[in-house]
Amino acid sequence: MSDLINEYHLLDALWMTIKLTILSALGATIIGTVIAILRLSPVGVLRWLGTSYVTLFRNTPLTVVVFMCQAGLYSALGIYFANSSDPKFTDTNSFRIALLGLSLYHASFICEAIRSGINTIPLGQAEAARSIGLTFSQSLREVILPQAFRGAVVPIGNTFIALAKNTTVVVTIGVIETAGFLKAIQESAPDQLNLAFFAVAAFFVLTMIPLGLGMGALAKKVAVKR
Amino acid sequence: MSAGVLFDAPGPKARARHRILTGIGAVLALALAYLVWHRLDARGQLRSALWTPLTKPELWNDYLLPGLLATLKAALFSIVLAAIFGFVMALLRLSDVKALRWIAGVVVEFFRAVPVLLMMIFTWGIMIEPLGSERASFWGVVAALTLYNGAVLCEVIRSGVDQLPNGQREAGLSLGLTSSRTLRMILLPQAVTAMLPTLVSQLVVVLKDTALGYNIMYGELLNSAKDAGSNYQNMLPTLLLVALVYIVVNYLVTKLAELLERRIKSRGHTAGSPDAHGGPPAVGVDAGAGLAANSHQ
Repeated sequence: MSDLINEYHLLDALWMTIKLTILSALGATIIGTVIAILRLSPVGVLRWLGTSYVTLFRNTPLTVVVFMCQAGLYSALGIYFANSSDPKFTDTNSFRIALLGLSLYHASFICEAIRSGINTIPLGQAEAARSIGLTFSQSLREVILPQAFRGAVVPIGNTFIALAKNTTVVVTIGVIETAGFLKAIQESAPDQLNLAFFAVAAFFVLTMIPLGLGMGALAKKVAVKR
Repeated sequence: MSAGVLFDAPGPKARARHRILTGIGAVLALALAYLVWHRLDARGQLRSALWTPLTKPELWNDYLLPGLLATLKAALFSIVLAAIFGFVMALLRLSDVKALRWIAGVVVEFFRAVPVLLMMIFTWGIMIEPLGSERASFWGVVAALTLYNGAVLCEVIRSGVDQLPNGQREAGLSLGLTSSRTLRMILLPQAVTAMLPTLVSQLVVVLKDTALGYNIMYGELLNSAKDAGSNYQNMLPTLLLVALVYIVVNYLVTKLAELLERRIKSRGHTAGSPDAHGGPPAVGVDAGAGLAANSHQ
């Protein structure tokens, strides 16, 4: 175990997974909200844009998305996200490309989560809000959005859990997180593979299951009684 | 109208506003398309030398078709094995023996919590010695996808059984069936029928996840596309083509799942269909959608 920590930097790998999770959850939420607004707008062109985005990204494997951000954006188009004179250029750039790929991919799921939250609201709620004379922004603020957020807790929580597990995919472009760590062990110390696997698996079991339970409890607490 | 909840029927003012927004949206979309096009052109990515290999049979015969075949083969093996594994796990989780329920619960929660790729690298790593590296890659992909998706399917089946009206189970028991026969002969068939669309859409998850095999040297579509891209010096066009193949295949499978869902709903006789037992339909829809979202990779 001490080998795994000192020689193969297990803790650095775990920290990288945490950083990737938090930052790309943030990115995915921002992009996903914008896409959801597009998809929910009453304007055909904007709706079409939002729907195309979701169809494209939901049906492409994350591995392909991440690989394409690296090989397409960086290698082929020469777009990079770090200071090219920095000695750690490759690491920083790969990290940021990984964030971009993870955010773009999960944004489509966040968008669908927000939409499903809004879709749980019965039409009568909006009709009632309009009939008592609330304006568009009032009915949105007082009636629609509070219920939509509560309905979206479960799907958004599920997306975040999936995102945390999906950060492992960025090993594809050489970012060393838990999967990169496990692969390095497989290559240079195969006799330690069992131990290494159970260490990283335990990390995910001990974080994901409580997170899932917490989400479930939160969802139950805020659920809209109908 | 996509969301009747949000907007009232537009009046003349709103229609004028929508026309302006349509214009702005179209301009933005075109500007974005132009930017991409311009960048591609500036970097010489639009030269025909890069795109013509895609129409040549050699590139398809040597790289893409074998890659696609490997992807489909791994996905097919995985979904069949996952269905079996998930069914067995569901039987155990719903059994009357507490110890069996408990063990199955631990197994399912473990495989659901651990990322597929970690499982894949592990199963690949331990199979290299006995199987040789090529077969280890294939069975590594299949084993990891089976364990993860089997665990997810187990939960799907279980939630399907939970949604059945209580009377189904009670009726089975009053007929004198043992509780395990009630489960096997009455509850599970209905649950599986009601959950059929979810089972099909799980195939999309499996298909997408085969691309993880790239990291353990399995020669699936992405891997063969990468080889083709470096051989013909046209990485970007080949990758775009591969993404398109994935999108088309997965889109078709998703449509199939929706078709199945509509057919099962329109038949409307199963007690297992979400709206057949008094509860609000949203509950059933949510359970399915939540699980599907949880399982995407």
